[in-house]
Amino acid sequence: MEQYSITPLIILLPLAAFLLLGLFGNRFKPLTAGIIATLEMTATTVIAYFTAFSYFTSDRLPDGTFATFTPFDYVWLPLGEKLTFNMGILLDPISVMMLIVITTVSLMVHIYSLGYMKGEKGFQRYFAFLSLFTMSMLGLVVATNIFQMYLFWELVGVSSYLLIGFYYTKPSAIAASKKAFIVTRFADLGFLIGILVYGYYVGSYSFEYSAHLKAIATAGTMIPLALGLMIIGGAGKSAMFPFHLWLPDAMEGPTPVSALIHAATMVVAGVYLIARLFPLFVGFAPDVLHLAGYVGAFTALFAAVIACVQTDIKRVLAFSTISQIGFMIVALGVSTSADPHHGGLGYMASMFHLFTHAMFKALLFLGAGAVIHAVHSNEMKDMGGLWKYMPLTHITFLVACLAIAGIPPFSGFFSKDEILAATFMFSPTMGYLMTFIAGLTAFYMFRLYYNIFWAKPYEVKSGHGGHAHKPHEAPAVMTFPLLFLAAVTCVAGFIPFGNFVSSNGEAYHIHIDKQVAVTSVVVALVGIGIATLMYRGASRKVADGLERGFGFLYRAAVHRFYIDEIYQFVTHKIIFALISKPIAWFDRHVVDAFFDRLAWLAHVTATKIKGLQGGNVQSYAVVFLWGILAIMVALLFITFGVFWLM
Amino acid sequence: MNFLSIFVLIPSLMLLGLWAARNIKQIRAVMVTGASMLMIAAVALAYLYVRARAAGDTSQMLFTSSVEWYKPLNICYAVGVDGISVVMLLLSAVIVFTGVFASWKMKLQTKEFFLWFSLLSMGVLGFFISIDLFTMFMFYEIALIPMYLLIGIWGTGRKEYSAMKLTLMLMGASAFLLMGILGIFFGAGGTTMNILEIAKLHIPIDLQRIFFPITFLGFGVLGALFPFHTWSPDGHASAPTAVSMLHAGVLMKLGGYGCFRVAMYLMPEAATELSWIFLILTGISVVYGAFSACVQTDLKYINAYSSVSHCGLVLFAILMMTHTASTGAVLQMLSHGLITALFFALIGMIYGRTHTRDVRELRGLMKVMPFLSVGYVVAGFANLGLPGFSGFVAEMKIFVGSFENAETFNRVWTIIATTSIVITAVYILRLVGRIIYGEVENKKYLSLTDATWDERLCVIVLVAAVAGLGCFPLWFSNIIDESTLPVITQLMNH
Amino acid sequence: MVPMQYYLLVSTFMLFVGVFGFFTRRNLLTILISVELVLNAVDINFAVFNRYLYPEQLEGMFFSVFSIGLSAVEAAVAIAIIIVVYRNLENIRVSSLNKLKD
Repeated sequence: MEQYSITPLIILLPLAAFLLLGLFGNRFKPLTAGIIATLEMTATTVIAYFTAFSYFTSDRLPDGTFATFTPFDYVWLPLGEKLTFNMGILLDPISVMMLIVITTVSLMVHIYSLGYMKGEKGFQRYFAFLSLFTMSMLGLVVATNIFQMYLFWELVGVSSYLLIGFYYTKPSAIAASKKAFIVTRFADLGFLIGILVYGYYVGSYSFEYSAHLKAIATAGTMIPLALGLMIIGGAGKSAMFPFHLWLPDAMEGPTPVSALIHAATMVVAGVYLIARLFPLFVGFAPDVLHLAGYVGAFTALFAAVIACVQTDIKRVLAFSTISQIGFMIVALGVSTSADPHHGGLGYMASMFHLFTHAMFKALLFLGAGAVIHAVHSNEMKDMGGLWKYMPLTHITFLVACLAIAGIPPFSGFFSKDEILAATFMFSPTMGYLMTFIAGLTAFYMFRLYYNIFWAKPYEVKSGHGGHAHKPHEAPAVMTFPLLFLAAVTCVAGFIPFGNFVSSNGEAYHIHIDKQVAVTSVVVALVGIGIATLMYRGASRKVADGLERGFGFLYRAAVHRFYIDEIYQFVTHKIIFALISKPIAWFDRHVVDAFFDRLAWLAHVTATKIKGLQGGNVQSYAVVFLWGILAIMVALLFITFGVFWLM
Repeated sequence: MNFLSIFVLIPSLMLLGLWAARNIKQIRAVMVTGASMLMIAAVALAYLYVRARAAGDTSQMLFTSSVEWYKPLNICYAVGVDGISVVMLLLSAVIVFTGVFASWKMKLQTKEFFLWFSLLSMGVLGFFISIDLFTMFMFYEIALIPMYLLIGIWGTGRKEYSAMKLTLMLMGASAFLLMGILGIFFGAGGTTMNILEIAKLHIPIDLQRIFFPITFLGFGVLGALFPFHTWSPDGHASAPTAVSMLHAGVLMKLGGYGCFRVAMYLMPEAATELSWIFLILTGISVVYGAFSACVQTDLKYINAYSSVSHCGLVLFAILMMTHTASTGAVLQMLSHGLITALFFALIGMIYGRTHTRDVRELRGLMKVMPFLSVGYVVAGFANLGLPGFSGFVAEMKIFVGSFENAETFNRVWTIIATTSIVITAVYILRLVGRIIYGEVENKKYLSLTDATWDERLCVIVLVAAVAGLGCFPLWFSNIIDESTLPVITQLMNH
Repeated sequence: MVPMQYYLLVSTFMLFVGVFGFFTRRNLLTILISVELVLNAVDINFAVFNRYLYPEQLEGMFFSVFSIGLSAVEAAVAIAIIIVVYRNLENIRVSSLNKLKD
């Protein structure tokens, strides 16, 4: 336990960096600020590695699992008699694994950003937000309870918002950041209600389910309901259909941010959430889990199809991220038990893929960033033939493409193979579908690769002042992260991942399913082959022909199947025009007008009866006299009755 | 005289000092001294309160004292505080303090402005220390009247109309309130006006059925209960900055406080029986306010509707009648008070520079006034319930607490109310995206300056308070928790 | 002895003349005279009732004397006011006395 007493620093260091740079950032020189953040991140990474090392080398419990440590867990806010909102640190295999992923990618992105963001206005602010994000993401993965997770979940959302909108003078960036935040927030509503339901019926938010199994069992259908609602939140963050639409737009942010947040870490939060709650899912809500799996499969297919026709390289990567996260969700969704040998393989596969994907997708994004840095454009048409100018970027990008396509011996092959094996165990249809999507992945990734680095010779444009602008290799601060991540991508597949992470915590020996592996590699090679045929050379006859042949489908895919238009329609036409406007009108013209009318009525009445109070004593006296007479007559009538008159 | 009376005494001394002050410097000196003394007094009170609790004092109200005032009706000047009052006093002190700095550059009839301002603070502070129904009512009226002049004279836009509307509607509410108070007084036997004493007596259920809605409505209007909220947008939009701050920040809280402390506490049976009516109204407030805010074009209107939504949440939580939710309600009062004061302060500062509050005209403020813009973004995030700020704490507590109420009806309304957090995000981000971000369109704005030291101080104090409450809520939550318990017990044990 | 009714008839006549004058006159002095008429009618009643019904007591007489004194005072004050009004407005019509209203 003692060796974990420094773990709070993992969260506190980035927080300190954020506060320092956020509050006093402008007092520092830009580079100083960047270096402070990077050094802090290095320290965090060292602590995280140290923690991971001591965790995975510690002795296993008698049942073969790693012990779960909670070095810190204190009550942050009591919520009722039983419930408390705790803040703490939970160390178990997946959270430790995530610590490594996040700190590694984050450190690489920090270093890379020193070069990529050089000279940008708001350099200090950028690093402050990066630190904020890292802090929140680390806090999310080490959460001891679902509410702490929600808290950091919101914080990663907002840091994502801030970073997407980093170029705050660009209207498209503003719109994208807004969209990202609102869409995920809408999904988080499901998460929140799920938490409320869960907390009420279980009486605890803690991830230590074992103490509450009785309550969980008696809650009946409420548990699947709660978990289903929580998955909505997960789907929002992980950009699953129909919440996927914010992610491609989020590419408006600086590219290193896309690498960190929208490829490697934040977007897998949904996967992590399901993995965290895995015992509950398989135990009490397998149907919900399978449903999530189907949604994941559909999303994977849907996003892969769109990725095939996008021309903005970052958007291709964004859709590929959506598709890959779909893979991870599928892997979790096809799990039927907690035993890795019988239907629980998906859990391990999903986590493994999360790990490898984080590395190679970050690499792809950083590589794309280097390309964009060189040619100052995101569009494929402005690229081509870059292999000559940017050899290092080219090689590392190729490594990442091979990894994501699932070619051995790169890491993606191993993790994807496990996923496919898991899906085949669940149902062959699902297995073939996922294999097909894997092939599609290989196709669009190599389409991207060829369009950037080959296709046609690079047209050197004349830049400012007549200087010919030639693309050149990025500086060393940018290529170092590429090389590092490429190295990781090459070797990560050989990590005995199952030893550390598996669905029941016991060591699981990964073995390659020959049949599945061969099929998937063949399919991937076919995909690569088609891409080579279509995009390798300068002529795009086949590609153009296909575009014409499937005109409608092509246009639909380019427009991302019009989901964004539907979103626009819903928000602007329905929420604003049909709900907000009428409500505002109602408020002014009905509710408010009612009170105005009331006041007006009082005014009118007052004017009407004002004449009676003319101030003329004589007329008062006449009324007075008549009044007295009337009262007298009335009194006489009352006293003596009508007969008195007679 | 009791220690608590200092909260009435300091504003009175401020009035005297202002009367004697001859120039702007002296006026400012009086105000700053007075406001700082209020802050110190509030902090000292909090300290004394916590110490007394730690020493094992478990009585419901501490530092009580009662001076007979008018024997025939058993009216006393009775004061006492529990955790709720302590935090509300802290809130008021902070807002009075920052309000002074927000109106630092007040030009027109400065002395008179601050005179009324001090009177207003006296009213709200007095309200929170009172435990006698009549005293409470009196302080409420003291707080109300200055509003009319403050808006009518120092306001902007359709100020006479707004001032009239606000005063008339709140006066109408106080007529209800008086009825309710008399109903409670005579219903409880006509022997005492002290809340603690009345709570021990029993008001016949038939009377409760009549007077609970009346009292709740009386306070509810002040808490912007739908459909009696329309004074709020107009009133806030026209009021000068410091008055908006104090009004939305503290005066509107009188409503929630009164509903909880008087209406629910003293008439628990009727409260349980009739809460559903008000639950519907408050539920509508929450969502309706948020939707209305989406399409407003005036910054202050947006904030006013947002206040309708958030104050609705306070009443909503109270009506859920669970311990957690009512603590959440008090936290929400605190949180909304600080956040909305911050908002109004910033809007006032922006307006002071650009002379417009029209969302369609403002653009790219981040470039010209970074400090104010960052403050605005922070306020926006706090408003939409971002963790780390007070709004999150309060909302979570309210939602978890509301969910404890297992009635299907309440559940449904809870879920409806939770949607407001999404809508809040929509209008806040729309606003931030439109006015803060982007390029400056109006060239006139390029020459505008960023915040001056007095404005910075005001913003920093409020942001620190919001963030402090959001990061370390345990202390506040605990002292409120133990003080909401008697009311909840009363509601459960009737 | 003259029957009591005769006195009462006179006083009733005086009262109504006074009341009518009070209602219809527009001149402050005539209004004042009307008020005097009403008061005198009442004085007559006091004296008559006292003399005829309770001859052994004198309260009615006292009251009428007191009332005469009072009306003297009243007349003095009223005429003073009327003089001031006349000085300010140059007439003594009731309808022109509306300056306080504005």
